[in-house]
Amino acid sequence: MADIATAFGLVFQPYVLSVILLSAVFGLVVGAIPGLTATMATALLVPITFFMPPVPAIASIVTATAMAIFSGDIPGALMRIPGTPASAAYTDESYAMTRKGQAETVLGADLVFSVIGGLFGTVVLVLSAPSLAEIALKFSSFEYFWLVLLGLSSAVMISVGDPLKGVVSLLLGLLISAIGLDNPAAYPRFTFGSIELLGSVGLIPMMIGMFAVSEILRYAVEQQGEAQLFQKQIGNVFRGMWGLLKRYPLQTLRGSVLGTAIGALPGAGADIAAWMSYAMSKKFSKEPEKFGTGHIEGIVEAGAANNSALAGAWIPALVFGIPGDSITAIVIGVLYIKGMNPGPTIFIDHPANIYAVFIVFFLANLLMIPFGWAAIKAAKRILDIPRNILMPVILLFCVVGAFAINNSLFAVTVILVFGLGGYFMEENGYPVAPAILGMILGAMLEENFISSMIKSDGRLLGFFERPIAAGLGILTLIVWLWPLATWRRRAAASTRA
Amino acid sequence: MGGLLLVLAAAIGIYVSGFPGMPGQRYGAALFPGMIAAGLAACGALLLARGVRAKAPAFEFAPWTRVPALAANFALVCGALLFYIFAAEPLGFMVTGTLLLLALFLKLGVRPLPAVVVAPVAALVIHLLFYKLLRVPLPWGILGFMAGW
Repeated sequence: MADIATAFGLVFQPYVLSVILLSAVFGLVVGAIPGLTATMATALLVPITFFMPPVPAIASIVTATAMAIFSGDIPGALMRIPGTPASAAYTDESYAMTRKGQAETVLGADLVFSVIGGLFGTVVLVLSAPSLAEIALKFSSFEYFWLVLLGLSSAVMISVGDPLKGVVSLLLGLLISAIGLDNPAAYPRFTFGSIELLGSVGLIPMMIGMFAVSEILRYAVEQQGEAQLFQKQIGNVFRGMWGLLKRYPLQTLRGSVLGTAIGALPGAGADIAAWMSYAMSKKFSKEPEKFGTGHIEGIVEAGAANNSALAGAWIPALVFGIPGDSITAIVIGVLYIKGMNPGPTIFIDHPANIYAVFIVFFLANLLMIPFGWAAIKAAKRILDIPRNILMPVILLFCVVGAFAINNSLFAVTVILVFGLGGYFMEENGYPVAPAILGMILGAMLEENFISSMIKSDGRLLGFFERPIAAGLGILTLIVWLWPLATWRRRAAASTRA
Repeated sequence: MGGLLLVLAAAIGIYVSGFPGMPGQRYGAALFPGMIAAGLAACGALLLARGVRAKAPAFEFAPWTRVPALAANFALVCGALLFYIFAAEPLGFMVTGTLLLLALFLKLGVRPLPAVVVAPVAALVIHLLFYKLLRVPLPWGILGFMAGW
């Protein structure tokens, strides 16, 4: 109890509260501007949070991302361009409703069900994380090895598109994580005599490159088409929301549950949660024929899903140090910098800070109601910001931000290389998420693998001798064999046909 | 792409085989990267086989590369970062930042007057934010005489 009281004390300070308010505005603006994503918002915040104490630093990321995922819906409804990838699943649907003159209803539903989804995910996070951590305390290197491998494998399987390209992306990420001195034998690998590379490639500059610089490159080669902004005064967005909630309680719950679960799976975040839950909504709907013509049902479900995924992603991030999405991938980097190393012991070493993070989650989602309302009102202003001025300024900001982490120009080289890398991977259908996970988890995977090999004296069976390890190991093997099995079955079916 | 991965994997394999073992242990620094290399080689072979079977061209250029203006945009963004890397120390952040912004603004179609005004102001704001507020030692370069302000 004392910890919870301390946590309230940590959050309800003028400094922390003003950080939260500023981050909320920042998140809303970034989310609403097409081409700027919630992950990019996080990457841009990191250099600034670098100079803050842990609680406000985390609070600013939590608030900004929650706001950004909601406000990404705004240009979807008004311009038919998703503000962030997490809104892409139902952009056409939202715009169709706007054209039918129901802009208020769409935006209201986006807002209200984002809040509900966000709160649901937060409740699951608060309830599950501490008890999972107690189990995780008993884990040895075998369990961790399997857990990391399971996380990496599911990231590959769930990534949209080609699993083979997912594996390539993952392996490249692991390879990058092997750079430097930080390995069990402390032998400098892949440094080619460079002093900067000895300390391995910095996580934050890599993220800024992959999530911010690559987006700027994408903007630079985009064919500039003028999108039409829906020009009409937006009325009361909250009218009829209670009716929607009463009409679609199951959909709201299903979206929130699925969103939280997808968020908690490594490598899949709010965008995949929204796609899957929109598809699910259509499949189980009583009126599937209305989907795509401006029907609110899927928006309710997917809108709740993407916000609940945000909180869900924090569960594995805090408990195991395994990021649930690309935002928490950056958060893990921040936690290490702040000395709050993620893992089960974080709940013992920094309980007040963790409770403070939980409080911020609730606060951010509740703040979304007034702030989101204001953002809808100001949508036209935000969408009028000329992107040809914004993008270069963001580029300069990236440069300085990367430089600020350890005052070296090497970081600027890193953002260029990883910006290009991230851009070309995405263009060629190689998902970026597995690479990110590989970079972050590579060291953990290797360390646990090598110490397990030493403990079991090289016997692979030793990896299955502890019950939880065996369970996780079998689960991992199933994840590996699943696509092979379906591929075989499909091949068999096609030869018969 | 598949071929490229095979070459990379082979290079890693050769490089890694030179790593010393941990004294008294069988599993050293080479094991893990070696496994990554094996995985990359397998993926490379699969991709190559698939590409050959589909008779896909070895390399395809994205549509924007054929639009000179867009290709130039791309090159300019990369060039801007390279310019910063080399010019930040001698010229200082404010000058480098202003030039970088100005070049990008003009190329991306911002009208000259707003571009000339916004570039130095934005550079100044970022400078103040990081230098004054966050105490990041941004280089002063040729404006070194202002450092005392």
